Amino acid sequence: MYFSRKDILDIASLSVEEMTHILDTAQGMKEISLRPVKKVPTLRGKTLILFFHEASTRTKTSFDIAGKRLSADVIALAKSGSSMAKGESLLDTVKTLEAMQPDVVVMRHGTSGAARFIAGHLKCGVINAGDGRHAHPTQALLDMMTIREKKGRIAGLKVAIIGDIAHSRVARSNMEGLVKMGAEVRVAGPPTMIPKGIESYGVKAFFSVDKALEGADVIIMLRMQKERMNNVLFSTEREYAREFGLSEKRVSMAHPDAVVLHPGPMNRGVEISDTVADGSRSAILDQVENGVALRMALFYLLSGGVRNADED
Amino acid sequence: MRMKIENGHVLDPGHIDGLRDIWILDGRIEAVTEPGTCMEKADEVLDAAGLFVTPGLIDMHVHLREPGQEYKETIESGCRAAVKGGFTAVCCMPNTRPVNDHAGITSWIVQQAEKAGLARVYPVAAITGGLGGQQLNEYADLKAAGAIALSDDGMPVVDGQTMRRAMEYAQAFDLFIISHCEDLSLVAGGVMNEGAVATRLGLGGIPNLSESLMVEREIGLAELTGSRVHIAHVSTRESVRAIRQAKARGVQVTAETAPHYFCLTEEAVGEYDTLAKMNPPLRSEADRKAIIEGLQDGTLDCIATDHAPHAPMEKEVPFDEAPNGIIGLETSLGLSLKLVHDGSISLGDLVRLMSKNPARILGMGNDLVPGAPADLTLMDIRASWTVVPASFASLSRNTPFGGWQLRGQAVGTIVGGRLVYKI
Ligand SMILES: [Zn+2]
Ligand SMILES: [Zn+2]
Repeated sequence: MYFSRKDILDIASLSVEEMTHILDTAQGMKEISLRPVKKVPTLRGKTLILFFHEASTRTKTSFDIAGKRLSADVIALAKSGSSMAKGESLLDTVKTLEAMQPDVVVMRHGTSGAARFIAGHLKCGVINAGDGRHAHPTQALLDMMTIREKKGRIAGLKVAIIGDIAHSRVARSNMEGLVKMGAEVRVAGPPTMIPKGIESYGVKAFFSVDKALEGADVIIMLRMQKERMNNVLFSTEREYAREFGLSEKRVSMAHPDAVVLHPGPMNRGVEISDTVADGSRSAILDQVENGVALRMALFYLLSGGVRNADED
Repeated sequence: MRMKIENGHVLDPGHIDGLRDIWILDGRIEAVTEPGTCMEKADEVLDAAGLFVTPGLIDMHVHLREPGQEYKETIESGCRAAVKGGFTAVCCMPNTRPVNDHAGITSWIVQQAEKAGLARVYPVAAITGGLGGQQLNEYADLKAAGAIALSDDGMPVVDGQTMRRAMEYAQAFDLFIISHCEDLSLVAGGVMNEGAVATRLGLGGIPNLSESLMVEREIGLAELTGSRVHIAHVSTRESVRAIRQAKARGVQVTAETAPHYFCLTEEAVGEYDTLAKMNPPLRSEADRKAIIEGLQDGTLDCIATDHAPHAPMEKEVPFDEAPNGIIGLETSLGLSLKLVHDGSISLGDLVRLMSKNPARILGMGNDLVPGAPADLTLMDIRASWTVVPASFASLSRNTPFGGWQLRGQAVGTIVGGRLVYKI
């Protein structure tokens, strides 16, 4: 398949064929990370800029490693230390980045739509590493990759996404992707965390986690952002953990072979109990591993997707 | 100096509707006569054949940005945009820099407008000092300097007691309040209408209730104090319903909406189009329909633009960071005529909504009778034209209507007997 996209901004704009192609490519990349010398020359001479305008360790590290395993030059910029901190506009920063002739810019930003905004002003490729509440396409793709690996398929699976749907870009991208791939998606959380118009995603919303978990093949737990407590979205962590957290007992409502995903970092004891996080159903570390392969695949595809002969 | 406008279809709803000649002497209407009636010789004759001649259009809600943000608009450029749009008068909101909360600023605005010599400009002064919602301004002074009404537009007066006192105090000086209705605690940082579109885009939503709750409060306060209140930029069906019920029981409430609230819905935000960002936000289709019904049954008294100029770079930012507002003076008539062309309202209704009612609310006559100031709009209601922002007289270009094909526009604008705009 010829992959002709300039950017990966969200899941909504990707077709099933494109997503499948990305997942297949990522599966092929996975083996590189298992070699004694974890490096191929595929992107030698290419420049990747990681522009993280919002704090993140794991996603940034994952992109960083992905770029380096493909031999690209990876430059990481953070908000502090960059001119953004000094009040420069996003447009000016982006034009400055462009002048450095990168091949791909990876951006995380706290504002919904920020990735689309910069993509409209950049000739190089843009990968959205999370923009506000809007989208986190690489997370959704690595989740789909993990599900496909564990379950052999996505279509027809019952997937429950639990937590603060309203403020989660991970939830949005996963709902879009999984529904498109043919899964039956349920979401659950307190009504304060279920956004207006959720039906338009083609998902079923529950206020009871137990109901959403009934027979689920996959459980995706979202990270509870504690600062949300100030926005009166819930009462106490204690009550949240009891009513909406994933306990061993709750997992038993799901299908016996259900797998548990979490985008991390986890609040153990709040949205997920220790025993579940570390238990046999947990695919949380597989997600991390797949994240690197998935991001390698995207760098590769956005850079033209031509493999060097010595790689195979 | 005598001017004659001949062969036009004169439309002053409830008063004149037919071919007439209008005679103007020294800035005032001298006579409205049957076509061909002989009078003294005119120094200047305007042929209005095929055109409608109406009382001058009035936009009672614009932001002219001067003093303080002259890169967005000046009083002169705003007035140029006004007369090009067919408006003979505008009311400018006080959220300038500095805020129009002192007589000195009010009279300065009046002087600048006189210097420009285009549309009439009636300043709306601030209710509270610096739009801060606390200290009442000197309404007597402001009135004497030329203020026509009071508003903290851009900001709601959060405290109910302050608004109550403002309404009461304003009565002493025959001023009325124009309320920007917004419950900020319910807006809670939202940037567009609450609903499926906002959810999909991951943008914070603003519920209809944030507007209608405040509309209900203002209605209640007007009732309590026996004051008159005007509701700015109505955007929701709940507000329309509240105003309709209030009017039915005799509350002195009037209201305006803007063309974008009956021409667009939240869908216009598309993929984060900052030209579709304004406050209140574009709402749902059900709201859009309710706004049209409100215009049809008289619940909404007038169409005002909330003309809000911003420089291109200010809108060229992520959606959350973009300033609210769009310009409207040069598209208002064309967009409002859509309601006439699709049969929602008559042309007479349009003249009421854009001229007669604002004049009544502002306490001025604009009947086409001998002795009245000759403020007239000449319009071709059929001519098809394309909205080209680059050709606007306004200094700003922030409109979501660029490229729209519209039917009908002003071809001549007469203020005080002077032809200040001709196509
Ligand atoms: Zn306002
Ligand atoms: Zn306004």
